[in-house]
Amino acid sequence: MSLIRVEGLEKIYRLDGVEIPALRGISLTIERGEFVAIMGASGSGKSTFMNILGFLDLPTKGVYLLEGVEGSRLSRDQMAEIRNQKIGFVFQGFNLLARTSALHNVELPLIYAGTPAAKRRKLSYEALAAVNLEERAHHTPSQLSGGQQQRVAIARALVNRPSIILADEPTGNLDSRTSLEIMAIFQRLNRDPGITVVMITHEPSIAAFARRRIVFKDGVVVSDELNPSPDDALKEMERI
Amino acid sequence: MTAVLASIMIALRAILVNKLRSALTMLGIIIGVGAVIAMIAVGSGAKARIQEQIASMGSNILIVLSGSSTSGGIRFGAGTVPTLKVEDAKAILREVPNVKHAAPSLPGLAQVVFGNQNWSTMVTGTIPELLQIREWPVASGRPFTQQEVDGAAKVCLLGKTVAENLFGGLDPVGQIVRIKDVPFTVIGVLAPKGQTTFGQDQDDTIYVPLTTAQKRLFGTRFPGMVRFITVQATGPEVMKEVEEQITALLRQRHRIPPNQDNDFSVRNLTEIAASAEQSAQVMSLLLGAIASISLIVGGIGIMNIMLVSVTERTREIGIRIAVGAKGRDILFQFLIESLVLSLIGGILGIGLGIAGTMVLSSFTQWPVLLAPEAIALAFLFAGSVGVFFGFYPARKASLLNPIEALRYE
Repeated sequence: MSLIRVEGLEKIYRLDGVEIPALRGISLTIERGEFVAIMGASGSGKSTFMNILGFLDLPTKGVYLLEGVEGSRLSRDQMAEIRNQKIGFVFQGFNLLARTSALHNVELPLIYAGTPAAKRRKLSYEALAAVNLEERAHHTPSQLSGGQQQRVAIARALVNRPSIILADEPTGNLDSRTSLEIMAIFQRLNRDPGITVVMITHEPSIAAFARRRIVFKDGVVVSDELNPSPDDALKEMERI
Repeated sequence: MTAVLASIMIALRAILVNKLRSALTMLGIIIGVGAVIAMIAVGSGAKARIQEQIASMGSNILIVLSGSSTSGGIRFGAGTVPTLKVEDAKAILREVPNVKHAAPSLPGLAQVVFGNQNWSTMVTGTIPELLQIREWPVASGRPFTQQEVDGAAKVCLLGKTVAENLFGGLDPVGQIVRIKDVPFTVIGVLAPKGQTTFGQDQDDTIYVPLTTAQKRLFGTRFPGMVRFITVQATGPEVMKEVEEQITALLRQRHRIPPNQDNDFSVRNLTEIAASAEQSAQVMSLLLGAIASISLIVGGIGIMNIMLVSVTERTREIGIRIAVGAKGRDILFQFLIESLVLSLIGGILGIGLGIAGTMVLSSFTQWPVLLAPEAIALAFLFAGSVGVFFGFYPARKASLLNPIEALRYE
């Protein structure tokens, strides 16, 4: 069973009575352990696709199966539960709670999962350790650099051991060296413990770290190819 | 449980982040709760004093007043002509069921002298039962007895005010005072009773045996006449019936034809007092209502701030929803925040209310009564205001679209 299977996915927005198609029939599968880069110009529908994959939005038409579970006809609360249990988000703008410690930010998904406080703390420290930020656990976002903030966000995405991490332009607000750091983390997590990563980017140099590249244009997939020899972010960092 | 605790922590953190704004928001609730507590304290203080006064009259009491006189077409008030006799009192006690006591009284104003002090007061001739009816114990000495009534003994009981005015610090018991130049031995001083509902000093009085008053002090052309009879019924439920039967009995005894007015009147004291109590209750209710309005205004303040807060924290809400917060989690978070705001305001308001009540009573000498129930009620009310006015903003937050909320700048 594929991790993700979408068939004939369509999304139509209605703005002032005008129908604007954002997705016009997307069909693809993503297997467990893949590292996928989704590319495309703005307005190509890649963000809409990501929102549907992340159970933030429902498709107008078509089928979306996550681990075999039909995801296109769910209630708000059912969607929230799937986001909480199976999906980790990493956003371009980090989206951490301001004036709130890194540790508390990482704990957030566990609070809504109803995890007891002691276990919450333990798992959050582990997640912060996975991005090498344990010693910054009690710093607030304003006391952290952009790269560190994005690492806290990755720790938050990891903490509930999701089936998939969805990253929307994760390096968009970062300089190139910090971007490499983030990509190195994604590559490491993808190798071991084999977390599936789906990442939106418009930079070919960032997409080059992924093992598969899907290009969107005007709401359809125009190319979907494997990258047999992705760049290694750690080696790139050494080169600089 | 974990979720509730976590929500409370989140709420407290959000409140502490905006200290000044939170404090200003609470102000409405603080003033509202404070006002409710102070107003209820004033209202129930007044009510308690009236109840005390009702109790001081004695319970289930009817007063039978002798009739009015008419002279040359001018009608005088009730009690101006002594149409009641001692025998009427005895007949009431004997013939009307459910009557516990019937005490005839003959009052009059008199000058009282002790040494070089003198004082003008109400002197009432009566029988020992009157003090029982009015539940009025002697503070020192003893009450007079039936023998002293039968023998027209020249003994008297002084009210507290009279004792103080004539004797100052001295013990009056055993001393001789002169009432209308007749020497009386003071056999006791009555316990203080305070003012009536209408502000009359009940302690400014002297009691003497009825016969003594009739023979020595207020002798009239009609021997055996009394001004009024105080009747005590056995319970509040028989008051009406007793009143009717007394009326019937006295009409018969006084041989009043059916088409003629009574030459006496019967008054129900409890009823009069009850109406005074009712008006105090209305006042208390009114004050409470006015204070409650300020609580509601405070609630609107909370709603306003919560709406601002929801808008400001749209992005935060988006993040929470994205990582798996359900609608009820968000609803709960903001409800708890407004509840915590209003309850903290409530606690501070209780402090303000108690302090305000103290200050008010020390400056105005009003009777106040700080009832724990009223405080609990105000606190509860504050909490409900928080939930009620917090609900709309909280619901608005819980219905936000995560995609739009995350994009919100």
